[in-house]
Amino acid sequence: MRKYVYLDHNATTVTRPEAIQAAMSIFSSVGNPSSVHKPGREARKVMEQARTSIAELVNGSAEDVVFTSGGTEANNLALIGCGRTRRLVSAVEHSSVLNGGGEIIEVDENGVVDLDRLDEQLLFDDTPALVSVMLANNETGVIEPIKDIVNIAHRHGALVHCDAIQAAGKIPVDVIDLGFDLMSLSAHKIGGAAGSGALIAPGLGSETGCNLKGTLLGGGQERGYRVGTENLAGIAGFGAAANAALSGLSDFAKLAKLRDAIETAIKMIEPETVIFSEDVKRLPNTSCLTMPGTDGDTQVMAFDLAGIGVSAGSACSSGKAKTSDVLKAMNVSNENARSVVRVSLGWNSKASDVEVFVEAWRELNSRKSSRRFNLSAA
Amino acid sequence: MAYSDKLLDHYENPRNVGSLNKDEGDIGTGLVGAPACGDVMKLQIKVDEDGIIEDAKFKTFGCGSAIASSSLVTEWVKGKTVDEASEIKNTHIAQELSLPPVKIHCSILAEDAIKAAIADYKSKKSSKSRAAE
Amino acid sequence: MSMTKGNWSKDTPLYLDYQATTPMDPRVLEKMLPFFSERFGNPHSRTHQIGWDAESAVEVARAQVASLIGATHKEIIFTSGATESNNLALNGVGRFYKDKRNHIITCVTEHKCVLDTCRHLEQDGFEITYMPVQQNGLINLQELDAAITDNTLMVSIMAVNNEIGVIQPIKEIGALCRKKGAFFHTDAAQAVGKIPLDVDDMNIDLMSISGHKLYGPMGIGALYVRRRPRVRIVAMINGGGQERGMRSGTLPTPLCVGLGEACELSEREMGVETERLKMMRERFYTKINERLDEVFLNGDLEQRIPGNLNISFAYVEGEGLMMGVNDLAVSSGSACTSASLEPSYVLRALGVEEELAHTSLRIGFGRFTTQEEVDYAVEKIANEVTRLRAMSPLWEMAQEGIDIKSIEWADH
Repeated sequence: MRKYVYLDHNATTVTRPEAIQAAMSIFSSVGNPSSVHKPGREARKVMEQARTSIAELVNGSAEDVVFTSGGTEANNLALIGCGRTRRLVSAVEHSSVLNGGGEIIEVDENGVVDLDRLDEQLLFDDTPALVSVMLANNETGVIEPIKDIVNIAHRHGALVHCDAIQAAGKIPVDVIDLGFDLMSLSAHKIGGAAGSGALIAPGLGSETGCNLKGTLLGGGQERGYRVGTENLAGIAGFGAAANAALSGLSDFAKLAKLRDAIETAIKMIEPETVIFSEDVKRLPNTSCLTMPGTDGDTQVMAFDLAGIGVSAGSACSSGKAKTSDVLKAMNVSNENARSVVRVSLGWNSKASDVEVFVEAWRELNSRKSSRRFNLSAA
Repeated sequence: MAYSDKLLDHYENPRNVGSLNKDEGDIGTGLVGAPACGDVMKLQIKVDEDGIIEDAKFKTFGCGSAIASSSLVTEWVKGKTVDEASEIKNTHIAQELSLPPVKIHCSILAEDAIKAAIADYKSKKSSKSRAAE
Repeated sequence: MSMTKGNWSKDTPLYLDYQATTPMDPRVLEKMLPFFSERFGNPHSRTHQIGWDAESAVEVARAQVASLIGATHKEIIFTSGATESNNLALNGVGRFYKDKRNHIITCVTEHKCVLDTCRHLEQDGFEITYMPVQQNGLINLQELDAAITDNTLMVSIMAVNNEIGVIQPIKEIGALCRKKGAFFHTDAAQAVGKIPLDVDDMNIDLMSISGHKLYGPMGIGALYVRRRPRVRIVAMINGGGQERGMRSGTLPTPLCVGLGEACELSEREMGVETERLKMMRERFYTKINERLDEVFLNGDLEQRIPGNLNISFAYVEGEGLMMGVNDLAVSSGSACTSASLEPSYVLRALGVEEELAHTSLRIGFGRFTTQEEVDYAVEKIANEVTRLRAMSPLWEMAQEGIDIKSIEWADH
């Protein structure tokens, strides 16, 4: 039997062998990084190495890295811990940002933040604010103009949090260049294991950094910004995955060719297909596209039966039959939003995976065509 | 926390452990620190007629850095005059043993101990000379 | 005498710090491994079999955790560890019921994360009672009974103390709470898998569980939240609505699987393991007392988990002793606060004098401790204590019959 073709890497990607190996070496040892004896000190060393690797992935410094249990916790920590009561979040944010509440920053039909609108929102209210915009969107892959957002926000004295969970490891991310105040990362999206993430806060603990306050209490780990015994194996794997992702960035960029191959082939099969955010800067691995007339749910089931894993949207919305908030914010018609699937390639995706997917897509689409034909014949 | 080889050597092979008879006139005893704080140092010097420290002994209740600091100063004071010995600064001790920042207080305690021993010796000597007058 | 170190090698210290963290059981790791590689799915992906596979593994694990404490699987929420569970239990219940009752009772020997959270709640308008403990480390039930009022929302008392290993009278506390209508939360990080726990029998409403204290992985824990009668909590981490909205975030499948397997192994082997560890502990305690005078046990000997000893070696400072026994991984004070090396607040709460508190070592035995290791550790510690006492001015004074309390020590 053919191997299952996994094209849902934005939900979680295949753990990199380097990360597994790093985690394994922790699992077979023992040591609490807070203990002062030798195993404890060894554990701490591993943790600090990983911290450096993660900083390097985003051109930051190790002192700015706070380990968390994952991206969702990092987002929560940024939003709550930054101490700003007024909050502005883009309409296409992940639920862990969106559900925290705040004023919505609108996006255009491509899902890109409306910069003028943001400027206005900040202009007429001088309550110290936090602006939270993701670097790349999980559903469409759209890359937001973070640098411009930072410029506008800082001009108005607002802090900027950037959820870079989907972007890190896929495109170059440069803490210094982008200039935000807080950034979230997740291990399992870059080839580490789930259960580990980080908040990056440039200048943390110094006068130039933002005044972050931990949300959990007790123990004093991570300088009090995030207490609790650290997920050491996860952190070690995170560090190894960061190293691998950094050196694999140019290979990852090449996934755009595979992604474009999918889109070109599908448009030839079905010219009515809509590909969202096609004309703006996107992640090289993500395609959000419709199969006109076929529900996303029907598609994902059919693809799964054909041995292909894709998603109808974000994994966190737990398969509830509702249209995507992201597409809604982009003013996508109900019909188009209902017939969408997201294809996301990963570091181990191959050209043959693309072929399998395109064939399955063609097959499914033709069944619909014949259905349509039958109906009109009847 | 990584400790220097010198520190570990003094901890594992402390020099001049022991006690001198504190009631002798040529012996100065310094007892500093407190059990409740986790450090107590007893440092004793034996001074010859020319004012030179011919022997030194210590006993210490404390961490490895405290033990090494006191061991080191007993080595240093031997052969020095009382005045030379009183010049020893905690920074010298901290530097020699590469003490980590959280352990600097151990070197301060060792400096206090040597000062206290010298003060004890001097007060004994002055009371003795007064008695002789 | 010649001392062999058995199955551990010179460059890895003999591990006797099982209350700080436990090594992972190889059987746990084996169960976890596939979920790092071929079964890597996101358990919240509902659109393909890779996701369903991960989800079903997580649910098996949830049932394994529930079974160990007599709960149902729907009452288990996965968290990143016991610290988060404790924060969530206290904050979550506190924030939900704040308008109804605002008094919380806890105990002075609780883990830092419980005490810190309580202090934070105090600033938010809660009234907190910090129960003292008796000399043996156990709380006085009459005093607790008297402290619970009509306004008491919750009692949070740990099942087993991390430093001295004493077991609180959980069942009796649960009964008191039920009688008075207060919720009962217990931080059971050190207890789960070590002593039998049954949430119904003991009337426990919330229980914090840690993975890496019971031979599972770090980075995973759980909170038991009772459903009948229902306990409501406000979430601290919001987002995708996982864990029925009580704790958002992608569940780490391999870690969940590891915690589940660790619970199952503990449930199966607890009886045998308890007997074995009791023998180890007795052997250590007897032998060390044969070798040394003025050795004091901190905390009750009987009401204690089998894998813990906390001993004061009078006249020898604990940190100095640790340096001398550096091929043993033991702890002086709790791992979480040991960077500061202040005398343990737990020992102080027992009324242990500061000078004795400074001389304590925590020795933790566990699943992989061998008799040979115990014997080696006794020899090593006894030799080192003897060596350090010979250079201790306090020991000298004690031998000369000088009472060290009669000396006026300088503050420093």
